[in-house]
Amino acid sequence: MNLTLHVWRQPGPDARGGMERYEARDISPDMSFLEMLDVVNESLVESGKPPIAFDHDCREGICGSCGMMINGVAHGPMRGTATCQLHMRSFGDGDTIYIEPWRSRAFPVIKDLVVNRSAFDRIIASGGFITAPTGSPQDANNIPVAKRDADEAMDAAACIGCGACVAACPNGSASLFTAAKISHLGLLPQGQPERERRATRMVAQMDAEGFGHCTLYGECQEACPKQISIDTIARMNRDFLVATRHEHEEKVLGGG
Amino acid sequence: MELKSKVPSGPIERKWDKHRFEMKLVSPANKRKFTVVVVGSGLAGGAAAATMSELGYNVKCFCFQDSPRRAHSIAAQGGINAAKNYQNDGDSVYRLFYDTVKGGDFRSREGNVYRLSQVSVNIIDQCVAQGVPFAREYGGLLANRSFGGAQVSRTFYARGQTGQQLLLGCYQALEKEVSKGGVTMYPRTEMLDLIVISGRARGIVVRDMVSGEISSHLADAVVLASGGYSNVFYLSTNAKGSNATAIWRAYKRGAAFANPCYTQIHPTCIPVSGDHQSKLTLMSESLRNDGRVWVPKRKEDCGKRPQDIPDADRDYYLERKYPSFGNLSPRDIASRAAKEVCDEGRGVGPGGRGVYLDFADAIRRLGKEKIAERYGNLFEMYQRITDENPYEVPMRIYPAPHYTMGGLWVDYNLMSTIPGLHVAGEANFSDHGANRLGASALMQGLSDGYFIVPLTIGDYLGSNKLEPVSVDSPEVKATEAAVRQRTEKLLSVQGSRTVASFHRELGRLMWEYCGMARSAEGLKQALAVIPKLRDEFWHDVRVLGTGAELNQSLEHAGRVADFLELAELMCIDALHREESCGGHFRVEHQTPDGEALRHDEQFAYVAAWEYAGDAQPPVLNKEPLVFENVPLSQRSYK
Amino acid sequence: MHPLAFYRSTIGKKIIMGVTGLIGIAFVILHMAGNLQAFAGPRKLNAYGAMLHGPLNELLWVLRIILIVAVILHVLMAYQLTMRSRAARPIGYEHREPQVSTLAARTMKWGGVLLLAFIIFHILHFTTQTVDPAGMRGMTDVAGDRDVYGNIVASFQIWWVAVFYIAAMIALGLHLYHGAWSSIRTLGYAKASPNPLHRRIALVVAIVVWLGFTLVPLGVIAGIIR
Repeated sequence: MNLTLHVWRQPGPDARGGMERYEARDISPDMSFLEMLDVVNESLVESGKPPIAFDHDCREGICGSCGMMINGVAHGPMRGTATCQLHMRSFGDGDTIYIEPWRSRAFPVIKDLVVNRSAFDRIIASGGFITAPTGSPQDANNIPVAKRDADEAMDAAACIGCGACVAACPNGSASLFTAAKISHLGLLPQGQPERERRATRMVAQMDAEGFGHCTLYGECQEACPKQISIDTIARMNRDFLVATRHEHEEKVLGGG
Repeated sequence: MELKSKVPSGPIERKWDKHRFEMKLVSPANKRKFTVVVVGSGLAGGAAAATMSELGYNVKCFCFQDSPRRAHSIAAQGGINAAKNYQNDGDSVYRLFYDTVKGGDFRSREGNVYRLSQVSVNIIDQCVAQGVPFAREYGGLLANRSFGGAQVSRTFYARGQTGQQLLLGCYQALEKEVSKGGVTMYPRTEMLDLIVISGRARGIVVRDMVSGEISSHLADAVVLASGGYSNVFYLSTNAKGSNATAIWRAYKRGAAFANPCYTQIHPTCIPVSGDHQSKLTLMSESLRNDGRVWVPKRKEDCGKRPQDIPDADRDYYLERKYPSFGNLSPRDIASRAAKEVCDEGRGVGPGGRGVYLDFADAIRRLGKEKIAERYGNLFEMYQRITDENPYEVPMRIYPAPHYTMGGLWVDYNLMSTIPGLHVAGEANFSDHGANRLGASALMQGLSDGYFIVPLTIGDYLGSNKLEPVSVDSPEVKATEAAVRQRTEKLLSVQGSRTVASFHRELGRLMWEYCGMARSAEGLKQALAVIPKLRDEFWHDVRVLGTGAELNQSLEHAGRVADFLELAELMCIDALHREESCGGHFRVEHQTPDGEALRHDEQFAYVAAWEYAGDAQPPVLNKEPLVFENVPLSQRSYK
Repeated sequence: MHPLAFYRSTIGKKIIMGVTGLIGIAFVILHMAGNLQAFAGPRKLNAYGAMLHGPLNELLWVLRIILIVAVILHVLMAYQLTMRSRAARPIGYEHREPQVSTLAARTMKWGGVLLLAFIIFHILHFTTQTVDPAGMRGMTDVAGDRDVYGNIVASFQIWWVAVFYIAAMIALGLHLYHGAWSSIRTLGYAKASPNPLHRRIALVVAIVVWLGFTLVPLGVIAGIIR
């Protein structure tokens, strides 16, 4: 099949960008979306034009490197699927496809479709962990975890950190990303001691990065390749509220 | 070159304890004076960086991805082994050790493997403490499954995303240390050379992949944890970015490369669908617990729809040939068996390169719901890629390059032949011999990263007096200049062929001649072609753009240039090893019924290749392997 | 956490919006119940009005102050968060296809602005009678109470007043639907479920409030309230 692409091209972080038009010829429906871009890129290089830069690595939907707005939808038309796992059979011959990078102040464009998502790393660094230095913790089976909790924690932990939630959110909010980690760790007994501190710190970092707020449109959950639920956001807010009360109390007690 | 394995003396159970006691320590106050560079942020590198920072070292960690969380460890699906014996099915540290030595076809070092098995139990404790959401039973305790040719259930898992969850645990520990200031993270930064001063590894030269700036990072010790080199085959289950540059550059600076020909071809991958294919996708081996592998008995039936082929006309060849292990036979054996039936013309799907993995019986026995619960995400992934519903038609699978057991030679301390250069995880050669068992890669990565390198680094730093070094030293300047020159050379060729076209060609060549079955004739042919292809690459590759920007073609070109050299060493090693063992199958050396035939008297050694200059063939060094605990025997899974 | 840090965080602001929104919902339900007394005739409604302004005057003022503070906070937070959300995406998409957001969710911002305009008009119209399209300022009924009923009837007989009210009530219904369920979530009370109970409750609240308020102008137009 043949397609017309409109792709955001931007030579560098501070350069001006714009949409460019390309033709993708002889595309097989069995190709993945990124393989289609590979074909376009090879023909660009052959004709002496700079190839389209895009992030990708595992190409099996787990590393979270890839991600682009495809016809205005984060990761394209297939639900629960990262861009690398989207196949061309989701499109028709003669289709026009618009491809843009994730748009967020906190995800500045580096080049073409490549954006800088290090804001996510800083959110995790602010508190998205359990402090358990390498050593000799107790035997793993000394901490029983109800299957329901373990399953729910796993649902939240499935986040691949791709940034589609931010890209799809009309407010450019990173709430789903942050809430997924807060939920994952907050649902487990091991995560309890740091639960409140984690919520306050991660939320503060999320805000400091310049992400927008959550109005529960639900676009993030729809765009998420791992279909993480916005229920996690309610959990985050609850932890945040509880933390507000407790830490305030702590301070009052300490002061007295 | 003298290869000192430094495996401690004494009974195998006591070696690691004894060694830990004998190792030099660095006092807490002194640790912060030492800087350690870690290349790679996967299970081995991330765990090592986090743990060394916890201990007090000053750590700089580098990864080419945009975040340490994306390292390819993330893609491991099935699970991680540990000798916990939670299932009371007769498992023990000794049994895991025994299985691993045997599974590696007696080409690994007993001392290392025993330590790996010992440490495996600590890994699970550590990961659970970090909040890794392993699968659990209703009682709240950890669930286990049997995996990849083991007769006990010792595999811990987190759905089909075990690698992801372990890596995220490790990444979170790493970010915790980043926030405390112990680790400085350098994402989108690629190591392009190793700095060796007075014979010791003292730092690395890197390229900032965003700005293109080339700079040096000096250190007191360097840890390479940069993964394996399966991408030499172009089509593999590795991530597109996985590359051998870090270890190859270290090899060229004097680190011996051990057993480069030991590659693992994973039996259950989605077959190639066309020339456009950019990578292969693994379907977790756990599928073989319930799926049955078959091909039609007759060639004529290959074109038929699988549901139209009656049971009597199907050849369940793994069950037929290996009745006691059946569909769960180890990877090398299952892969080779698939190749054999396809070579006989009984393969299915495009190009006749595929076999069926059929769940019909399991669905009949357990119900669709149970199967969906166990493998739902894998079935979905299969359907997304192939547009076929595996609940209704059998999956088609075919082997694909997956893991490389070979890697830089290391001693018991995981130190290479360059003092101060430690190598962890898949990048080293240490624990899997000629074949790796399923769910052991994650175990080895975390074992090296959490529990071994952070201690042995202390021994190295505590027992050596290191001279101060400066970025202005001639060695640093020369290494940087070499990197710049190479980058400029790649950009200046301005030929006519794309980097990918060279990579594809090399991959086809390696798959054909140095893949699942190798022959002296084929390897010689490959050795004749590879230098020509390399020459053509340096004269006709087209890399556009400049070195001072994000330039993905340039990155790819540098990696392919190294693969073009490594490929040759793999073929040299494969040609010299006149035997079959594990993943290395030489057609000239097989038993009458087609199984791998080892020649222990001649080849029970580690082949550690030493770089001798571009114009000279590499020098072979041998580390003899001694088996005091697991008696040498022919592997049999019948 | 310092209260100021709470106020500064996006979640803190959202929680303030949620709480003030719930206050608003409680108020509109009471208000609506009062309005429906129009169907019981002029005496009943005017007496109710007189009771609020007579014996319950202090309580009324307490509620009014709470309400005014709530509205101010709600609007202020909405403004700040909207500005923040704009700043979060300085360069927009050439193409964007919303996938699941409801009409209610997407109209929160402009619907909110419309409601604010409506509330101001409404207070000027019925409370202070500064705006007096029907010429009812100072009118009393036979018992000497302010003729609220008469004002309602006369006003809603003016087509544009009725249209404005009905339109505003549609905006209110939508605002309440998204506002009610999302406030509950924002406050952290949400059980995991694809069709959670609070979403259904929000729908019922939105429909009841919208219907209750709309019935009065409709009643006037239909001639049931005369």
